[in-house]
Amino acid sequence: MEAYLVAIGIIALIYVILSLGLTLQYGLTGLINFGHVGFFAIGAYTSALLAFQGVPLVLCFAAAAVLAGIAAWPIGLVSLRLRDDYFAIVTLGFSEVVRIVITSEKWLTSGVQGLPGVPRLYEELGGFTAQLAVFATILAVTLLGIWMIRRIAGSPFGRLIEAIRDNEEAVQALGKDPARFKIQVLVVGAAFAGIAGAFYAHYITYIVPDQFIPLVTFYVWMAIIMGGVGRVSGAVVGSAILMLFLEGSRFLRDVLPGVSEVDMASVRIGAVGFLLILFIMYRPQGLMGDYTKR
Amino acid sequence: MTLLEFENVRGGYAEVDILNGISLSLRQGEILTVAGTNGAGKSTLAKAAVGLLPRVTGRIVFEGDDLVPLPTEARIARGIGYVPQVSNVFGSLSILENLQVVVGVKDQARRIGELFEAFPVLAERKRARAGSLSGGERQQLAFARALMTRPRLMILDEPTAALSPAKVADAFDLIARLPSLGVSVLVVEQRARQSLAISDRGCILDGGQVALAGDAKILLADERAAELYLGQAIHA
Repeated sequence: MEAYLVAIGIIALIYVILSLGLTLQYGLTGLINFGHVGFFAIGAYTSALLAFQGVPLVLCFAAAAVLAGIAAWPIGLVSLRLRDDYFAIVTLGFSEVVRIVITSEKWLTSGVQGLPGVPRLYEELGGFTAQLAVFATILAVTLLGIWMIRRIAGSPFGRLIEAIRDNEEAVQALGKDPARFKIQVLVVGAAFAGIAGAFYAHYITYIVPDQFIPLVTFYVWMAIIMGGVGRVSGAVVGSAILMLFLEGSRFLRDVLPGVSEVDMASVRIGAVGFLLILFIMYRPQGLMGDYTKR
Repeated sequence: MTLLEFENVRGGYAEVDILNGISLSLRQGEILTVAGTNGAGKSTLAKAAVGLLPRVTGRIVFEGDDLVPLPTEARIARGIGYVPQVSNVFGSLSILENLQVVVGVKDQARRIGELFEAFPVLAERKRARAGSLSGGERQQLAFARALMTRPRLMILDEPTAALSPAKVADAFDLIARLPSLGVSVLVVEQRARQSLAISDRGCILDGGQVALAGDAKILLADERAAELYLGQAIHA
């Protein structure tokens, strides 16, 4: 039971790191990024492939963040001068392109076969101790991420990106180019997703393209909406609720006899959607409140 | 002494020109009203001056230098402040944060203190969210923020557009104070009569061209201007 709870905690923290990236991008800056999973995938595959080459894991993680950030830069460059909805579509398309490239480039990624045997973190510790060490490490990185986002939000840069979210034209009137700052935010947020991807790959130890579908992006969106947009605490609480519901809905089988395993997956997604609808109807500001509408 | 001069300025957003060869000047220390009907090119002219119009030809000379090749950031740094129309504050930030957003200002804290003295209403509510302010308070905040960089020229795009009728006179009083702070003003306004009343000179645009220009008092008295562009005077 303890191992199960720690496992859920690890996945929840991975979602918190993903949510922190989106909190920076959407909550603080107003960027509608529907392609977060693309950067998550880049981080996962980068770290896994480098680890297979014998690169120390700490460097694999650093490379995952850097490469995800680098991938975000041209996306921002070509699309962040577009209207918000066009940017959202571009990012959604980007994440699908990443997934299709991973699927197609079999020489590098083994395509749909995926990459089994990704080295675990703290493998030498073995068993439950290793799992606890992984949990502690992800927790430390998550706390570091929370500290970073809070520092950014309280800095002059943070005020400027919040100003961009509120009123881009007025920022232009100050002589600032909003696109330049939005690109920087997109890159940093993507690096968060890259780190999350690396943790995911080294924890699950087997990655395939189908783990990086747009649904993951929308889970992250659901987390920040349920927790409260623009709040670090919202990202944490929202991810926890999401994880509780995703895992809790596994037990729906006990109250829904006769539903097949395949149908059960659809029922779970439907239940999560229903939860989101309830939140939008009765708590649209999220549990912690919507910082953007304070 | 001429501070800002538009020389045969043409431009627009896509293929079609909105400005069709505008020549106009503003002297140091004066208020110049740019009026005209909807679509005449008033706001477009303001945007051309601050570098927010994608396509501009001709020359826009500020203190002897052509601004046209310069990005907005460089124009603001040279001493131009711009207050856009209607939505011009950052609603989720406090009044203080709205002013702190303007980075790169020498001795920022002192400048904010000076502006709080000039706008005491803002000082009283400096921790209040800008989104909670009234239209008049928002306008004051937008002016104060534009003044953060100590501009020598302020370009105001329809500063009374979002105000209740009761607050319009306050806004014009505020604009009339700006030359005493060492700031010349180019104000684009729909309320042409009230704006001309506080201005030194005026200009009326029609179809992206200067239809009438001259001393504000003369324009106010001009029957043709009144008939075609200013509407009838309101007598109390």
